[in-house]
Amino acid sequence: MLEVEGLTVRYGSIAALRGATLSVGSGEVVGLIGPNGAGKTTMLSSIAGLLSPAEGRVTLEGQDITGRSPEQLLRSGVALVPEHRRIFADLTVEENLRIGGVTVPAAKRAELLDEMAERFAVLREKWDVPAGYLSGGEAQQLAIGRALMAAPRLLMMDEPSLGLAPVLVDLVFELIGTLRDQGRTLLVVEQNAARMLEVSDRAYVLRSGEVVASGTGQQLSQRDDLFDTFVGSVVAPVEGSPVTGAHAPHGSGGGAA
Amino acid sequence: MTELAQNLIDGLGRGSIYALLALGVAVVFGVMHLLNFAHGELITVGGYVALWTLGAGWSWYIVTPLIVLSAVLTSLAIERVAFSRVRGSSDFTLLLTSFGVHFVISAIFLLYVSASVKPFDRPSWVTNTYSVGPLNIEVYDTAVIAVTAITLIGTTLLLQRTMFGLSLRAAAADFDTARLMGVRSDTVIRGAFALSGLLAGIAGVFWLMRAGSISPSAGITPMLKGVLAALIGGLGSLRGAVIGGLVLGLAEVLLRSRLPDSVASLTEGVVFLLIALLFIFRPQGLVTVKHAVRV
Repeated sequence: MLEVEGLTVRYGSIAALRGATLSVGSGEVVGLIGPNGAGKTTMLSSIAGLLSPAEGRVTLEGQDITGRSPEQLLRSGVALVPEHRRIFADLTVEENLRIGGVTVPAAKRAELLDEMAERFAVLREKWDVPAGYLSGGEAQQLAIGRALMAAPRLLMMDEPSLGLAPVLVDLVFELIGTLRDQGRTLLVVEQNAARMLEVSDRAYVLRSGEVVASGTGQQLSQRDDLFDTFVGSVVAPVEGSPVTGAHAPHGSGGGAA
Repeated sequence: MTELAQNLIDGLGRGSIYALLALGVAVVFGVMHLLNFAHGELITVGGYVALWTLGAGWSWYIVTPLIVLSAVLTSLAIERVAFSRVRGSSDFTLLLTSFGVHFVISAIFLLYVSASVKPFDRPSWVTNTYSVGPLNIEVYDTAVIAVTAITLIGTTLLLQRTMFGLSLRAAAADFDTARLMGVRSDTVIRGAFALSGLLAGIAGVFWLMRAGSISPSAGITPMLKGVLAALIGGLGSLRGAVIGGLVLGLAEVLLRSRLPDSVASLTEGVVFLLIALLFIFRPQGLVTVKHAVRV
């Protein structure tokens, strides 16, 4: 569905992405992991139209979408749940969801609102509450629900578990699992590499703006070199992995991003 | 007590116009972080429209919508010609641009119309009054308060009930995230300028009815009042702008009636002193804005 070929993004003279290439198939959940400053958020921001790549190409189902504006990309079916959620604190829960559906026709928007009310019970209870009053977990659900209101074909999430308590991290990964089971196509940047590898079909490891490894969660989890060099403390050994040692447990929510 | 009630009505009348002007300033500031010092020029343009159309024998019933329309179109034109070219620039650049627009429009009327103050006929009912018990109420104040109330209700419905209003509020809170949600920046910014022009046009109708004259520099005072009221209320807050306008209007009228005759002419100075004191203790204005993010 999504093909990113040789993407290079520069901040002035510094290259945050250097010819990065990845793909996301329809119905796949793909993780993007790596240490701080690896270029993960830059990758998502470039795909979402927030940054203009210096080189490279992004295609969605064969259609070149490189350099399109966020509005155009959303209309093409690419939605992003941004880092730190960035919900509109002064707008109510319902208004936040409604603005997420600004690109869809009114009748479809009403249908999607009903769907979100059904999917997120905790949001339904706080429908008319300003979103600034939500807890971190509720706000994350709202951010995901808001992106789903655009009826995207590809949903991208940037650090969905960042800053959440372990119990809420579980909730977020459960939600990603549910979306995967529903056949949604997801590209997720996540600091919590171990948990991400568990829920993703495939993952890419970014380091210094380059894709240095890719594979299934099981394959990547078993690579000691990635463990020590790129991902560090956030990757905990998954069951069956030969790797053991002083790494953070599942759901720690801390470590490198 | 009667005098106080009289002052409150007068103050509300004056404050209502300031509230409309301030709301227009705040709407644009919210989406662009632009403190528009050219806002008063919308009234200047409306004033010349009134001068020419009334001079041609048209009635105020026809001139009124023309003034409002001219303010909306001027606001959109200013955005298109000047502000769209500096979108995303520093606050200082935006501020300088707005000063530039103000001086250019003033200069156009100065060069091509006249430097002198040009009078026009005011509606006959502007100075009429009616009594409610001991109170002597101006028809003009009643009309201003009623129209402002209707305009504010309409604006509130627009902002609360429509996707445009929701987009505008979201953009005012966090422009980049609003764009990420699919809000079209052009639509929301032009919509904000159109709304700002509409509010200035409505305020301008009453301002001009009272003034009964126009000059190239006529926009300065309403601009100052609008900007000041928006600052008092808390720049970026729409609710604050309305509150700021009403507070400014009431403060002016109450001070003028309470100050001794010998210093009554210093009312404006005293108002500015009070505003300075307010900013010392509440630099953010009366209403705190948490999420004003520039474009």
